[in-house]
Amino acid sequence: MFDALAQRLDRISSSLKSRGRISQADLDEALAEIRAALLDADVELSVVRAFLDGVRSRCELEALSRSLTPGQQVVRAVNDELIAALGGEPLKVTYASRPPTVILLAGLQGAGKTTAAAKLASWFKSQGRSPLLVAADLQRPAAVEQLRILGGQAGVPVFTRATDPVDVAVGGVEEAARVGRDVCIIDTAGRLAIDEALMDEVRTISARTSPHYTFLVIDAMTGQDAVQTARRFHDVLDLDGVIVTKLDGDARGGVALSVRTVVGKPIVFASVGERLADLDLFYPERMASRILGMGDVLSLIDQAERSMDADVVQSTAERMMGGQFTLDDFLAQLAQVRKMGSLGGLMRLMPGMNKDMREAADQLDDREVDRIEAIVRSMTSPERADPTIVDASRRQRIARGSGTTVVQVNQLLRQFKEMQKMMRGMASGGMPNVPGMGGMSGKLARAAARRMPQSELPPQLAALAGPGTGAPSAPLAAPRPAPARGGKKKKGGRVTPPKHR
Amino acid sequence: MSHTVLWLLIAVAAVVLVSATVGLVRVRRRRALESGRPPSVTAAARAPVVAAPAEAEAVAVAPPIAPAPPGDTLEAAEAPAAPELATRLGSARSLFDRVRALRGRTTVGADELAEVEEALLRADVGTATTTAILEAISASAAARTLGEDGVTGALRHELLALLGPVPAPLSAVVAPGRVAVWLFVGVNGVGKTTTIGKVAAAESKELPVLLAAADTFRAAAADQLETWADRVGCDVVRADEGADPGAVVHDALHRAASKHIPLVLADTAGRLHNKANLLEELKKVRRVADREPGQVAEVLLVLDATTGQNAIAQAREFSEAVGVTGIVLTKLDGTARGGVVLAVQRELGIPVRLVGVGEQAEDLVAFDPAGFVDALLGE
Repeated sequence: MFDALAQRLDRISSSLKSRGRISQADLDEALAEIRAALLDADVELSVVRAFLDGVRSRCELEALSRSLTPGQQVVRAVNDELIAALGGEPLKVTYASRPPTVILLAGLQGAGKTTAAAKLASWFKSQGRSPLLVAADLQRPAAVEQLRILGGQAGVPVFTRATDPVDVAVGGVEEAARVGRDVCIIDTAGRLAIDEALMDEVRTISARTSPHYTFLVIDAMTGQDAVQTARRFHDVLDLDGVIVTKLDGDARGGVALSVRTVVGKPIVFASVGERLADLDLFYPERMASRILGMGDVLSLIDQAERSMDADVVQSTAERMMGGQFTLDDFLAQLAQVRKMGSLGGLMRLMPGMNKDMREAADQLDDREVDRIEAIVRSMTSPERADPTIVDASRRQRIARGSGTTVVQVNQLLRQFKEMQKMMRGMASGGMPNVPGMGGMSGKLARAAARRMPQSELPPQLAALAGPGTGAPSAPLAAPRPAPARGGKKKKGGRVTPPKHR
Repeated sequence: MSHTVLWLLIAVAAVVLVSATVGLVRVRRRRALESGRPPSVTAAARAPVVAAPAEAEAVAVAPPIAPAPPGDTLEAAEAPAAPELATRLGSARSLFDRVRALRGRTTVGADELAEVEEALLRADVGTATTTAILEAISASAAARTLGEDGVTGALRHELLALLGPVPAPLSAVVAPGRVAVWLFVGVNGVGKTTTIGKVAAAESKELPVLLAAADTFRAAAADQLETWADRVGCDVVRADEGADPGAVVHDALHRAASKHIPLVLADTAGRLHNKANLLEELKKVRRVADREPGQVAEVLLVLDATTGQNAIAQAREFSEAVGVTGIVLTKLDGTARGGVVLAVQRELGIPVRLVGVGEQAEDLVAFDPAGFVDALLGE
């Protein structure tokens, strides 16, 4: 975790030097820790080295901040450097003047090309284009059938032919031109970068179809070898960009940094699930947080948006805003949250946790969640609507019915009451700083608020978001490490300049 | 439990508040399950389970693939690597050129350790296990117990020590009258279905095998497995997409029982290990597989050799959920070394049983620690 890393660094760093810069010794130790963190995140060894050199230069030039500890300052430098390395010039998709715009997907076996192809088709369709999918993977059994089915789900036609991959690809592009499809997405078979014959084949496909965009599809959990693969595919195909897949897993995703550095082409999309809608634009800031082991607030919001049932959530939110959150609402929301997947995983995505919370999150046993749910379900409807009527004998009944103890029932009721109080506070204005969360709830709300055009925001959030909103998909500003000491703020200005898109 | 409750409430409230007020919530279902349709089974009518006749009682241990000759791999540094494994692996020899150059070096200074460290990290062994290995080598050097092969010998020794003995062949031994089940699990894209095809090809030479297409999520997954079944010449039990995977396993078991097929290979949908609901589903599939007439004999985690440190989390979560008995390490014919299995063995004690080295039916070999280490060291 970001904070954990900063804390660890603080423990090793010595006191501030009078010179006002981070000492070499401090820096060396700090960078060693960062090196370990990056390697654990699967960033390739040479890339780590080069990257740390960049961080070192950055730190050496920087004057020592008075509000950040040396550890935090180093981490911030690393974060900034990561964002710069991952970002850079984004890919602009421009469409060919003479359609179709041909997109070629290549990569290792199992990377997720077929799923990505279908998602891309779906995405282009949502952009108002008329894509055609070309099933040029004739190697894997039923790959064509898979693409056919996915194409059907996306509402996009799929071109198939039982000849050979090159012929299918060429035929697909011709077909697209013939019937007026303006985007042509070619799915190819997975292949090893060292398989000469297959690399020749994909080179031929590329030569004969002249793709406007060639994307390498690579799995987020790939380790050190990613670089070899990426380099070879780039040599053969002259890549335009990279799609990183399976980011809904918990792999830290260092491969993104490695490939971005080595290939020098942008990462264009992040694939975050098995459903067609699970394709995101790539956000360097989010990836940087993830690689450093920090939470990813915005992906959390995306996940929430994708998985939840609009009506249930909407009505509950309205009730919450009106200060009326009941145990019934809680139960309904619990089901929604469960749909999002592992609760432990969810909590790992949440930043701003202090150590206790993080430990609790790590230990969060979905069985405990079951227990909580059981308790609430053991209550009668009137009890859920008004927990104040739950006296001792009712508590005993509830405990028996849910297989828990009266102590546990008491705990739940007590903390629910606290939460209700908090929500009433929220409803009457302003987001509370939930103790122990380090302003996370505020961050979440601000992040969400910034994503929406000002006019659409409910008044509470509009006030929060402040001026300057409306930029679509404006990512969360790099989190400001809280000043370690309750000392003075720097005179006359911000501690950390806000990030602007 | 107090922290849990508070956290839960906070999480729920925060997520709800944010997603609702952003107002972009769309209706989604994680998996569109067809409601109420029973899975259809291509097999014949579901015959009641007949009492297993006497000859089906003792199912012999099936030797899946001839394991590589073990040999005295620890002592004889000259012993050739198991030809099968080493020759089938992709050539990434340059990775360990530096280590080979250390051959004969008997001093272990910072330079030598740095070379070894780099080689191990590049092989995805990971920082924790690499550090442990380096410490062990340093300790040997300090105690002057480095053999005549110096650093490389010590390194080989440590790696072999970590990997342990040649693992036992997969076992289909179960209680009399029960059908053995080998369950294949893992995240998306690792090669579960292809592996099952290969295992089926090898096994069906010795005994009848039935495939269960319990990946009911992925488009055309059952088709893919069916193609393998045709290639290999064995039966497959499948259902419609969206059907309950447990039901497919159940049907497969009953079919196997009625046809006196002693072994069922069950494919499952790829699933990321951080998705609790999917792990729950997998637990349920395992429970069904373990119920009469079935009995789970092996749970194989299929792991992609290109995977980095995340493999450890995969192994941990899957093992906690369904109890993994071994790993099938796939795609080792590429340039990735799969060194993370050392970390998995060290931290979780889960051994590699099989290695996949290509997409064809014969591209499966028994795991041979010595061969693996030799390939790792670029011998």
